[in-house]
Amino acid sequence: MCGIVGLFLKDKSLEPKLGDMLTDMLITMTDRGPDSAGIAIYGSEADGRTKLTVQSDAPEEAFDGLDGALAEALSSDVSIRVIDTHAVLDVAAGKAEEARSALAELRPGMRVMSAGDTIEIYKEVGLPEKVAERFDVRGMSGTHGIGHTRMATESAVTTEGAHPFSTGSDQCLVHNGSLSNHNSLRRKLRRDGVRIESQNDTEVGAAYLTWKMQNGATLGEALEGTLEDLDGFFNFVVGTKDGFGVVRDPIACKPAVMAETDQYVAFGSEYRALVNLPGIEDAKVWEPEPATVYFWNH
Amino acid sequence: MQTYDLEANGLRGLNSTLQEQNGGTNKTAWEVVNPKGSHAIAVGLDSPIDVTVKGSTGYYCAGMNQQATVRVEGSVGPGVAENMMSGQVIVEGDASQYAGATGHGGLLVIKGNASSRCGISMKGIDIVVHGNIGHMCAFMAQAGNLVVCGDAGDALGDSCYEARLFVRGSVKSLGADCIEKEMRPEHIEILKDLLERAGSDAKPEEFKRYGSARQLYNFDVDNAQAY
Repeated sequence: MCGIVGLFLKDKSLEPKLGDMLTDMLITMTDRGPDSAGIAIYGSEADGRTKLTVQSDAPEEAFDGLDGALAEALSSDVSIRVIDTHAVLDVAAGKAEEARSALAELRPGMRVMSAGDTIEIYKEVGLPEKVAERFDVRGMSGTHGIGHTRMATESAVTTEGAHPFSTGSDQCLVHNGSLSNHNSLRRKLRRDGVRIESQNDTEVGAAYLTWKMQNGATLGEALEGTLEDLDGFFNFVVGTKDGFGVVRDPIACKPAVMAETDQYVAFGSEYRALVNLPGIEDAKVWEPEPATVYFWNH
Repeated sequence: MQTYDLEANGLRGLNSTLQEQNGGTNKTAWEVVNPKGSHAIAVGLDSPIDVTVKGSTGYYCAGMNQQATVRVEGSVGPGVAENMMSGQVIVEGDASQYAGATGHGGLLVIKGNASSRCGISMKGIDIVVHGNIGHMCAFMAQAGNLVVCGDAGDALGDSCYEARLFVRGSVKSLGADCIEKEMRPEHIEILKDLLERAGSDAKPEEFKRYGSARQLYNFDVDNAQAY
């Protein structure tokens, strides 16, 4: 069992409250996933810059002097913003891949959670309320965000195993369910050069979408592909820089509720997660159909 | 009318209060406010009281109901009226998966749509859905009536026993061993009564009946020795 929440804002005036609304939704889903929690926030963008969110189990040593060391390796300016075990590195656009390789050498053991123009991912082991507090998710603003509360079934309870997973620039995915063919698919994707870091089934789902999109599919087409190529149970909620998508497997035994108003599109594993959203009483509320792709774009 | 604020007073208090009402109570009408999608609202009732839930609920609303009438002025999560024995449950909105699962008796009315697995393993309950139903409904249904005024999804009535399935609209596909059956006068009578009680103005003559072809392994007399 896991909990998923997602919020895609249409009304710009709600953007400063995104983190606050998502935090409430996330905490409501604690019963569905008390072992770890994570959140992907699509925030502000700076021209000509890219963000890498990194995580370390020993943040004090890992982040000390990291901006300087990385700037030297890239011969380009780098700034750092440390938030608990995570840090957001701001590098010149086009330097993300180079930065990733440099970081692997400078700080072996440090993990890259996400890379992109607007995405930041924060995830840790612990109760959702505590995780949200550590990163001050309430204070975050943005255009859309996806959160996950985890009750692990397929791999260990670690930061690495927590959701969201990001395997491509500004892309992320969260999952409720379990995939059965992730081992064979992981081997196939790795042969095609897709980076997969963990033994987790969901990361393979995320990598699959990235691989499809690298090969020319739109996010909608990539989501359609999951219905053919992934075996198992899944509710996926995915984010891209300006999009938000949902797909459920054909059996659809994992719960899902969606709500839409003029101000937002929201996803919750249960209706409970949505009850405090503004105007929910008059929202269009429905259960997404099995094997059907839903997608919104800014 | 007694009013119970679920947000202020909690779920255990609600269910124990409602369960305490017996035949002698004069507190026969209850209103539950602020349900906010909570689970297990008004479960295990066993007296002829009337409960109205003012909003949408989560999992297992009105489960194991006996005698009581529970009305939800909103939508319900998975497993509404699961294992109902008698009484009535009326949902004004939609119902999530496995509505009325394993129900032995009583009437479940869903005025919106029901999603997958509605009436799974039903054992005598009557279910009337004003809208559509999802896939795998009435899977292994054993007894009772499932009435669908809209359309049915994939694999309707898969491996069903003796339940009667009535659908007015289209059926995406029938499950294993489920077939269309002749609509006889006694079926029209059953439907007329159920539609009336469920507040639907659909005409019984517009429905088709589906049920078990009795061709699966367990229906073959040659296998009787195996049990």
